[in-house]
Amino acid sequence: MNDRRLVLVNENDNVLVCCGQVGAGETVVLEGESLIMGVDIHVGHKVARRAIGKGEKIFRYGAPIGSATVDIAFGEHVHMHNIKSDYIPSHTREKKMEVGQ
Amino acid sequence: MKGYLRADGRKGIRNIVVVVYLVECAHHVARAVVSRANSDAVQLIGFPGCFPNEYSLTMMERLCTHPNIGGVVLVSLGCEGFNRERLSKTIADSGRPVRTLVIQESGGTRRTIESGLEAVEATQREIAATPMVDMGVAELVVGTICGGSDGTSGISANPAVGRSFDTLVEQGAACIFEETGELIGCEQVMADRAATPELGQEILAAVEKAENYYRVMGYGSFAPGNAEGGLTTQEEKSLGAYAKSGASKIHGLIKPGDVVTQGGLYLLDVVPDGEPRFGFPNIVDNAEIVELIASGSHLVLFTTGRGSVVGSAISPVIKVCANPETYQKLADDMDVNAGKIIDGEGTVNSVGEEIFELVCKVADGEKTKSEELGHQEFVLTYKQFEPTGPACLPVSR
Repeated sequence: MNDRRLVLVNENDNVLVCCGQVGAGETVVLEGESLIMGVDIHVGHKVARRAIGKGEKIFRYGAPIGSATVDIAFGEHVHMHNIKSDYIPSHTREKKMEVGQ
Repeated sequence: MKGYLRADGRKGIRNIVVVVYLVECAHHVARAVVSRANSDAVQLIGFPGCFPNEYSLTMMERLCTHPNIGGVVLVSLGCEGFNRERLSKTIADSGRPVRTLVIQESGGTRRTIESGLEAVEATQREIAATPMVDMGVAELVVGTICGGSDGTSGISANPAVGRSFDTLVEQGAACIFEETGELIGCEQVMADRAATPELGQEILAAVEKAENYYRVMGYGSFAPGNAEGGLTTQEEKSLGAYAKSGASKIHGLIKPGDVVTQGGLYLLDVVPDGEPRFGFPNIVDNAEIVELIASGSHLVLFTTGRGSVVGSAISPVIKVCANPETYQKLADDMDVNAGKIIDGEGTVNSVGEEIFELVCKVADGEKTKSEELGHQEFVLTYKQFEPTGPACLPVSR
């Protein structure tokens, strides 16, 4: 069971998608376990549904959306700091990410 | 539903006069004519470059003979590379009134604006008598695009548009989704939906072409705002964007300006052929919207998470907002609040139905938010394409 703000899109996914903002320090239920969130999670962002090892594929929509660049803890924010594309690099206004393979 | 019956037999949902500048040097004169005409049915489009380009000429031919267009006023400086004679002939052959003003032969800025205004008024008088006839859903061509996507787009607005596409295709309409570069990562699932195995191969090749092209450009089709909205990688954005296509079979793979003539779901390959040149495939969302329109889209469904406000010249744009927080901020610009799916107050099915109903109303003349606000953006740049291969063409349903 999950906090209703954190939505599982596909049974095979290892991330949940935020549909209602969760504040840092809030206690939420993730996969039946209580967890204190370390950072703010904004709508549209992802958190790890379970521990994900470096190099593992990230699944959303039941399909791979990239690979972990470091070990990701259960409940951690999943974004550019810990995963990368397997195709083509993403970018922000400040910097360009690396690309996987 | 009623449509404007054109001399070439096609039916439009708007009756527009376009004033077209054929080079940036004629832009000011053309804009002045449109401003002074002061009607939302007189619109400005144009091409800035002075070098000839087959793609941009073909696009202009398709746009100026689009079913929503009643008549055309061309504004040329005089010395540019654009083949105004061929464009004018194509428009005249379609049965539409067309008038050409050449600034260098018309006495300069002031006098060309005056004669441009007279040309627009004469055109308006001629097209006022365009017959209105019954038009069915099966005669509609509907395009879709996403812009300013975020992590909500792929679970609310995009699948809701996909649901409306399923209904439209079932009822015989033609639906077009696009941007192969924003479908990187979906190539295999997409190929599996192709009407024929040969078409599936063409889809795989088109996405591979897109990946190579964007790699040469150095950036994927990914904006900083996508990342701020929770999207992390190109393939995550792609999988969300892909949901706009719904669940129908894919009937054809077309290129910009290939006019869809039968119902079904089509993928528009917007990435140029050959060695990458002229820069990014589409520099901005409106360049894609223009290509959807050139392929016959009567109207365009635009999904947005971060919040785009654009509309388009020629065809109405319906904006479907994915993110409930964005909807609160930009409600005046949004036609549909798909954010209610995120809030748990609506479902993909219910919003899909709402979109379908709005498509029918807008096709019947109801104005979209972007139309009311006067949005008529238009972008056309240089590109090159090879002819569409035989395996890409629609097969009989």
